[in-house]
Amino acid sequence: MDGSTVELFDKGKTDLKALPARMETRRLNLYYGDFHALKDVSIEIKSNCITALIGPSGCGKSTFLRCLNRMNDLIEGVKIQGEVLLDGKNIYDPDVDVVDLRKRVGMVFQKPNPFPMSIYDNVAYGPRMHGIRDKRILDEIVETSLRQAALWNEVKDKLKQSGLALSGGQQQRLCIARVLAVNPEVILLDEPTSALDPTATYYIEELLTELKKDYTIVIVTHGMQQAARISDFTGFFLNGVLHEFDVTAKIFTMPEKKETEDYIRGRFG
Amino acid sequence: MSHFTEAGLARWHAREHRREAIFQVVGALVVFTAMLMLAVLLTKILLDGFARLGWDFFAQSSSRFADRAGVKVALVGSFYLMILTALIAVPIGVGAAIYLEEFAKRNWWTRLIEINITNLAGVPSIIYGLLGLQVFVRTLSMDRSLIAGACTLALLILPVIITAAREGLRTVPNSLRYGSLALGATQWQTVRYTVLPVAMPSILTGVILALSRAIGETAPLLVIGAYVYLTRLPEGLTSPFTTLPVQIYDWISRPQAAFHENAAAGIIVLLALLLTLNAAAIYLRNRYQKRLAI
Repeated sequence: MDGSTVELFDKGKTDLKALPARMETRRLNLYYGDFHALKDVSIEIKSNCITALIGPSGCGKSTFLRCLNRMNDLIEGVKIQGEVLLDGKNIYDPDVDVVDLRKRVGMVFQKPNPFPMSIYDNVAYGPRMHGIRDKRILDEIVETSLRQAALWNEVKDKLKQSGLALSGGQQQRLCIARVLAVNPEVILLDEPTSALDPTATYYIEELLTELKKDYTIVIVTHGMQQAARISDFTGFFLNGVLHEFDVTAKIFTMPEKKETEDYIRGRFG
Repeated sequence: MSHFTEAGLARWHAREHRREAIFQVVGALVVFTAMLMLAVLLTKILLDGFARLGWDFFAQSSSRFADRAGVKVALVGSFYLMILTALIAVPIGVGAAIYLEEFAKRNWWTRLIEINITNLAGVPSIIYGLLGLQVFVRTLSMDRSLIAGACTLALLILPVIITAAREGLRTVPNSLRYGSLALGATQWQTVRYTVLPVAMPSILTGVILALSRAIGETAPLLVIGAYVYLTRLPEGLTSPFTTLPVQIYDWISRPQAAFHENAAAGIIVLLALLLTLNAAAIYLRNRYQKRLAI
């Protein structure tokens, strides 16, 4: 029935569920000390799709996102069980270099966090950290990344200015450009528009739908409409459990579970 | 019905306003008293010593005759000592701060180190002098030399530098660290290219304040054997040395009034030096605040 349902809501599109998975978690459990924050989360992140994670505050969606590039490693007292696969390889295996992983799985944060340096240096930061010194190559990467992030036209004449002088929305696009510059496979976004005004939010959403052609995107969001508008898949988290996960069109029209429907209709959360 | 009555409120507010006024007066008095004492002290020193300030005073070294004595050797000694102390204490102190703040795991061992650093900052300086005397002057046979003095002062200000540098590192928002790490930068790259540049001005401020403490120190230097009578400039690390506070201490302890004038003049020079250092520290802090506020 899955295939036909998708057809119903996604006329003309390919069967999303048949796409290959870029990332996958298998029975992922996470503990903050004694607190069991993620319970048996198994999910497939499809290649070149936008996967939205929704749910009430404290449900574990951001925690889950940070598992995908091991940012949780930085928090003390975190224990993780289960598997997170990137192209079939468990990123928690001891032989995985976390630096290499984070180059392949980039992250954009809730609050724009440009470095206190020039726009150019912000974008060139990642490539430089990965050993690119050639000025011409850096110039090229900076321009391409800023174009991809739809920021080039606004900043091309002031690349030497501080990234902090930009507006909030521009700063967030700068942060996206900064991630694009290291050429990742997957981009994780943790409520990237929650600190932005509607126009800036619109720009970022447009940008993300554009970017999914080349990247696999996972976005945590509090905006139901945002998830409905831009994502292909939606996962609903509740109390650390991936309560429901399906094609976005299905989740937003015919959710299987009552809690999902209640949340989407704004009855709690 | 309201719990407030008009008369009751008016009485209460009048009372609170009176209290506020009293506090303001007391506060102003306290500040004024402190400023007055400082002013008296400064005026006395300026009156005593100003006449002695002149080219000669800076060009002459120790002498048996008050009018032929000057601060040349002491000033140069203080300068060299400060540079040497900084060269020893800054890399070690900042390095220790970076390790503790950015790399070390929080466990009982690092907490023990932290507590001890805080305690060391409170140890009287003369104790450091005794330590320096035994370790550097005697055991490592550095004798009564510049390098022995610098090592001792470096030990003395290390806790201050470490604490200040850690404060500086702590002001760097974690979001910047995460931003860098999420791009696949290593911990070291993150510290080197993101954290340190942001923290540098406040670290520098701490370093300068620590050095200005070192430059005013007398007791530990007397203990390790700084000379009070010296006519030659230090020529190398192992040269004998004297410093401004030591020179001032010596002049004050002499019976002749003329030497006391020298001491007053020396104090003016020392104060000017300290004020310059502190001004530099404030300048750096302001520039730093401006940069983050863009």
